[in-house]
Amino acid sequence: MILQMSAIGKRFSSPEGTVQALESVSLSVAAGELVVVEGPSGCGKSTLLLAAGGLLAPDQGQVRVDDQDLYALNPERRARFRARSIGFVFQQFHLIPYLSVFDNVLAPSMALPRPEAENRALQLIETLGLSDRQRHFPPTLSTGERQRTALARALLNQPQLLLADEPTGNLDPQNTDAVFAHLAEFAQAGGAVLVVTHDAQAARHTGRVVALRGGRMVDDRNHQTLQPEEGDQNQRSVP
Amino acid sequence: MSIWKLVIAEILHRKLNFGLGLLSVVVAIACLVGAFTLLRAHDLRTDRVIAAKELETQKQMAVMEDDYRKIMKELGFNVLILPGDQNLGDLYARGYASHYMPEEYAHRLAASDAMSVRHLLPSLQQKLEWPERGRTVILAGVRGEIPLLHYADKEPMLVAVPPGTMVLGYELHRSLQLAEGDRVEFLGRNFTVGRCNAERGTKDDITIWIDLREAQTLLGKEGQINGILALKCHCEGSSLDQLRREIARLLPETRVIEFASRLTTRAEARDRATRTARESIAAERAHRMRLRLEREELAAVLVPLVLLASALWIGFLSFTNVRERRAEIGILRALGLSTRPILSIFLLKALAMGVLGALAGYALGFVAGSSWDEISLADQPELFDPLILLISAISAPLLSCMASWLPAILASQQDPALALKEE
Repeated sequence: MILQMSAIGKRFSSPEGTVQALESVSLSVAAGELVVVEGPSGCGKSTLLLAAGGLLAPDQGQVRVDDQDLYALNPERRARFRARSIGFVFQQFHLIPYLSVFDNVLAPSMALPRPEAENRALQLIETLGLSDRQRHFPPTLSTGERQRTALARALLNQPQLLLADEPTGNLDPQNTDAVFAHLAEFAQAGGAVLVVTHDAQAARHTGRVVALRGGRMVDDRNHQTLQPEEGDQNQRSVP
Repeated sequence: MSIWKLVIAEILHRKLNFGLGLLSVVVAIACLVGAFTLLRAHDLRTDRVIAAKELETQKQMAVMEDDYRKIMKELGFNVLILPGDQNLGDLYARGYASHYMPEEYAHRLAASDAMSVRHLLPSLQQKLEWPERGRTVILAGVRGEIPLLHYADKEPMLVAVPPGTMVLGYELHRSLQLAEGDRVEFLGRNFTVGRCNAERGTKDDITIWIDLREAQTLLGKEGQINGILALKCHCEGSSLDQLRREIARLLPETRVIEFASRLTTRAEARDRATRTARESIAAERAHRMRLRLEREELAAVLVPLVLLASALWIGFLSFTNVRERRAEIGILRALGLSTRPILSIFLLKALAMGVLGALAGYALGFVAGSSWDEISLADQPELFDPLILLISAISAPLLSCMASWLPAILASQQDPALALKEE
């Protein structure tokens, strides 16, 4: 297993009260597997993804990536581990606006310098069809190009686990298909992919869909399209 | 990809933020360097002013020395020629010589071509009782000046007392209630008061001046005198010793005393002028020192204030920059950058701001400080102080980094999950 999340619980405090974002969620993603976590907005998908990426420590449970307990590491070592083993793709792309496509793709090498990083970046840019845009800056790119740039950046350090938060939320069907094709390709090459999305149709791109409702995992099945449950748009509030 | 590349790209992207911070560092360092340079320029200018004043004084002293030399040379020596056996103790106790010498000496001196005397006044003086009036007086027989062969056109220094007349000192004519034209009897002879002198505060006030011949007759000293006053004496070489030697050669039975040294006069005049010049230079120095203190005090208040304001402004700009880059910091953390590289991203930017600000601020401060005090372009290299450059090169990056430290810490401690979720 590349990713093992066991009984993850996370709650947030705010002036309005405490919100249980995740409640005893267990999830495993094996090498070669592309898993879609589906659920409505506010059901805890992003929290789950950030916890899986070592960016948000859960209140309960354990997150293991490549058999390493992420939160047993100190922040410095966890950051280094993340640079080496985990890639992120976000709905808002989070490209650095003043860096070119090439430099954005190369950005992870700041955390993990490697001599072959530049060649790897050029190769990814070519693979993702961005060769003619590599000197361009994010504001001049289309949304599809931005997401492909973000995907290339996530893949630079050849991670074992790729975490994608609504990666196709801003894309048209054609670009959506293209992004999922690249994610599937990464999984087929031996990586593990965890995609969180509110788009129930995203399930058609994968063999395994996990349904998250109100911070709890309600279903985990193969080749099925889940229908959103009525009245379960929001997370469950804990008094 | 290096952190430096990211920093430079970000600086070029957010030029205004960096430019405002840089401007602040430039102003702070320019103020610091300007103050140092101004004080240094002030010191240089003070040295120049004082040196110029000293040079001017030296020139004036040299001119004055020359003038005095010329004046004194023209004045010559003033000497009193006395009988050779005259005891000086007696002379100073009495106020006149107690021994006598021939009147012919004065004529011999006047005829000499080895030395020249501007004025030659032979006299016969003696203290005695004025029996008709019951007073002690000093009788002075004078004859006016001996005609001098080498100064035929000279102005007479002393008008001779005509025979049969007398000149009375102040105390005598006042106490005896005598006035010009009065007839008086003196030692059995009748005289007309020719002139009444004003008060002098000396023995002159009890002196009666009459014609030398009449005095010699009255005192039974025909052809005798007891002093020759020789004024403005010159001889070859113009030294007192030489003059004495020359007089001794002409008048072997005499002795000479100088009663007003031209060297002393010259030295006193020079000392007075030197003192005045020194006081003038000291006053200028004190004025420059006061000005320097005023400038120091202003700099002592202004520089720290500007540095503080600059630090606050840089801190504010850095804080704004951190807030603006929350998502960027979040994604960099997600990419695996730990707190240290995040910290270094902001501190390297501050360092770049400090180094550029130090160079530009130094140049600006140097030009402003050196042009303030009328320092010429040729003198400006003298104002260059490597220590000030070193202070600028250290203090500007330090100021910038210290001001950016807290925002950089905040950035590095920022929760990436929170930033990414907010976006």
